[in-house]
Amino acid sequence: MLPREFAFRGSVLFGDRLVDDSRLRFDPPECHIAPLPPAGGGDPAACLMQSAIDMMPAMLPAAGMKKRRSASWITLAAALISLVALLPLAFIVWVAIQTGWDTVVALIFRPRVGELLVNTVLLVVVTVPIAIVLSVALAWLTERSDLPGNRWWSWLSVAPLAIPAFVHSYAWISFVPGLHGLWAGVLVSVIAYFPFLYLPIAAALRRLDPALEDAAAALGLGPWRVFARVVLPQLRLAICGGSLLVGLHLLAEYGLYVFIRFDTFTTAIVDQFQSTFNGPAANMLAAVLVVCCLFLLALEVMIRGEERYARVGSGAARKQQRARLGRATLFCLLLPAGVALLSLGVPFVTVGRWLLAGGTEVWRWDEIGLALGQTLFLAIAGAVLATLAAMPMAWISIRAPGPLQRLLESCNYIVGALPGVVIALALVTITVRVALPLYQTLFTILFGYALMFLPRALISLRASIAQAPVELERAASSLGRPPVKALWSTTIRLSAPGAAAGMAMVALGITNELTATQMLAPNGTRTLAMAFWSYSGEIDYASAAPYALIMVAMSLPMTWWLYIQSKRMAGR
Amino acid sequence: MSFLELSGVAKSYGPVTALAGVDLAVESGSRTAIVGPSGCGKTTLLRLIAGFEAPDRGRIALDGKVLANGGAAVPAHRRGIGVVAQDGALFPHLTIADNIGFGIPRNADKRAEHIVELAYIVGLDKAILKRRPHELSGGQQQRVALARAMAMKPRLMLLDEPFSALDTGLRASMRKAVAELLEEAGITTILVTHDQAEALSFASQVAVMREGLFSQVGTPRELYFQPRDRMVAEFLGDAIIVPARIADGFAVSRLGRIAVDTKGRRDVARIMLRPEQILLKRTSREGMSGTPDMLFGEVTDCEFAGSVCTVAVRLLNSPDPPDAAAIGNTPLILRRTGMDAPEIGEIVRLTVTGKAHVFA
Repeated sequence: MLPREFAFRGSVLFGDRLVDDSRLRFDPPECHIAPLPPAGGGDPAACLMQSAIDMMPAMLPAAGMKKRRSASWITLAAALISLVALLPLAFIVWVAIQTGWDTVVALIFRPRVGELLVNTVLLVVVTVPIAIVLSVALAWLTERSDLPGNRWWSWLSVAPLAIPAFVHSYAWISFVPGLHGLWAGVLVSVIAYFPFLYLPIAAALRRLDPALEDAAAALGLGPWRVFARVVLPQLRLAICGGSLLVGLHLLAEYGLYVFIRFDTFTTAIVDQFQSTFNGPAANMLAAVLVVCCLFLLALEVMIRGEERYARVGSGAARKQQRARLGRATLFCLLLPAGVALLSLGVPFVTVGRWLLAGGTEVWRWDEIGLALGQTLFLAIAGAVLATLAAMPMAWISIRAPGPLQRLLESCNYIVGALPGVVIALALVTITVRVALPLYQTLFTILFGYALMFLPRALISLRASIAQAPVELERAASSLGRPPVKALWSTTIRLSAPGAAAGMAMVALGITNELTATQMLAPNGTRTLAMAFWSYSGEIDYASAAPYALIMVAMSLPMTWWLYIQSKRMAGR
Repeated sequence: MSFLELSGVAKSYGPVTALAGVDLAVESGSRTAIVGPSGCGKTTLLRLIAGFEAPDRGRIALDGKVLANGGAAVPAHRRGIGVVAQDGALFPHLTIADNIGFGIPRNADKRAEHIVELAYIVGLDKAILKRRPHELSGGQQQRVALARAMAMKPRLMLLDEPFSALDTGLRASMRKAVAELLEEAGITTILVTHDQAEALSFASQVAVMREGLFSQVGTPRELYFQPRDRMVAEFLGDAIIVPARIADGFAVSRLGRIAVDTKGRRDVARIMLRPEQILLKRTSREGMSGTPDMLFGEVTDCEFAGSVCTVAVRLLNSPDPPDAAAIGNTPLILRRTGMDAPEIGEIVRLTVTGKAHVFA
């Protein structure tokens, strides 16, 4: 009896930006489908051979040879795309070298950088633990207690994802105009980002085998100790993955902290960029930010360790029992209600108030229509590009997994984890210094989007290709379909919905993207986020409100889809 | 006063009645098996005894101490009852050693030695202690779960289908090993299973459960040879059930005159025979003549499956009164050893050994 591996590679959608991380292990279905690495798996060539064998249609050795060659072309394409994805990182290193060691030291070791570092570290160190505690409490209440209306509260705990972080901030600043500084930053950050922790934790709680808790109780542990010694340790992966996401967002976010006048590396880089363009100062700040991101990634890997929390054993898990809250019900209701009020009530009330105050005047339809059209165009084009770029990678990660593929994939994830401002700055630097005609062109911004959102497309594609095991393709061939038709009628048919979902997620990310769009977009571009930003920058909050509303309305369906998906993945 | 006493224990989940009022007495140091088809409520009963859930009605008492009465119940962690679940329910985030030592206080004297000793008792190698549950085979996982439960020195051990996930060969040897181990440790044991052979071979007391009630409770032999009704008879093994006229300690049916296990009855009732009570002897059509009280049959089907062979025999002559014969001449299904299995079309003589059981 093999232990069933439930840990799964996951995709989490992140309101304004997504970092997909294979380490989130959030969705189960592919482990049993992905072929095992061949014996002697250290050799990439052996992997390719294996994949060729896997893909060989029955009986025809010649066709097998052809397939083998195509598999290696796919690998080559995936390797090229990964190399291109590493471009921003490479350029930061190159700029550092060009700048010269003394200048680098002077630019990095100065009080301003120290100040930013303290701000950023404090922000992460304070926000993440609060978000963890809040998310665990919410997840437990909604998943494991008999809290009245727990399905509703569960959805309301995910819904804040539909609101871009800078809209959260906009709502709060117009609600409490004096809000600023670290604690304001912590408050708005927790509200905007806790669903990243809530989603995986709630999914993990749902998936926990209640037999373990029973076993612990039978061994003499009271409910609190069962939670501490059995439940909490099993949430570790979810907490690690979610914390990483929250941390990376805190490092990458720009708009949120500008509103409440709290300086982080990202805001400082944009300021620097606006005053001195792409000077070495901005680039060196970006280098420090990259180091921070890599540090977070490494920290998460270290804390997570090599744990594999598989459900051991066979058979379906018994349905979980929900704890009776009894008299504490009313008190417990205060938590989700309070959170919903702060995370949804404040933005909706504020936007509603500004819309009322602005009346019909703020609905400048020509302007809104133009912004909407440009946003949709960029979003769809970027989504198509990112999905196309992710295809080779997704294909080999399912059909020909191996060490090379894992290396290439982690390149993509690291780049995807970098803040948009870093990627944008790198692309500006590259285009200005090497390929000036490409500066602020459609090509560059789409390229930037593809780099930033490739992991998002990759995750969805991979999951959907995993839905179409190679056996189906073989079965189709054995039933007399020629290879192309077999591919069409099985793999492509089955993976199309997943690919579409991935595209939608990328499109959503682009719609709510602000920093990179501002830096890379061709002159005259005005997306919804940019229009929102420029109006709110002029303190014309009423004119900004329609744009906020449209962005939220566009994000809601995807957030709902994500919520449903996380429920389904957990087997409900 | 028995060690464990259940009286009128009932539990419903919404409109579904899982237990409809169950009484059971378990003697100290004994082994009891609760057997029934899936969904009969046996696991619910086990969970109520363990304290994972509280009964709606009824009383559960262990060693004179009331564990549950009406809605009130002592929680599981204060009961000191060991549980081994179907798939072991090992903690995936802990090593085997930490799994076994989970219930032992961290500052307990000689904790590490105790863990090694427990592993030894259940037959686990010391090297395994550093591993994780997912690195173990199903049989090893069950042993770890058993060692973990035994570390608590429980007075009562509940086994919830602990062998069902194992291979057939391993299942039998594990069952025997666990039975001996718990016997030696003097731990009272309740086994829940849907496997009748497992129940009969494991326990000194077997309770057959159906639709939330016990159909019959007794020793394995009682249940097998004197089942209370057709359902119990058929659940515990193949049964040949025919109508018969009972008088003077004998039953007359289409199988001839057979001794029965009741004396005083004179009526028409159904009798039950286990197929292994019917012996077959090869003969020929010529051999049939001249012996009116003998029973002959023709082999109509023979399914060879290695050690066992399923033979269908159609009775050729029946000394039975004609009204009972109207029931039909369905062939008898008998299991024989694979060796010397008869061929289709062969004529056999049937002889009944032992007594038939009369249903009430």
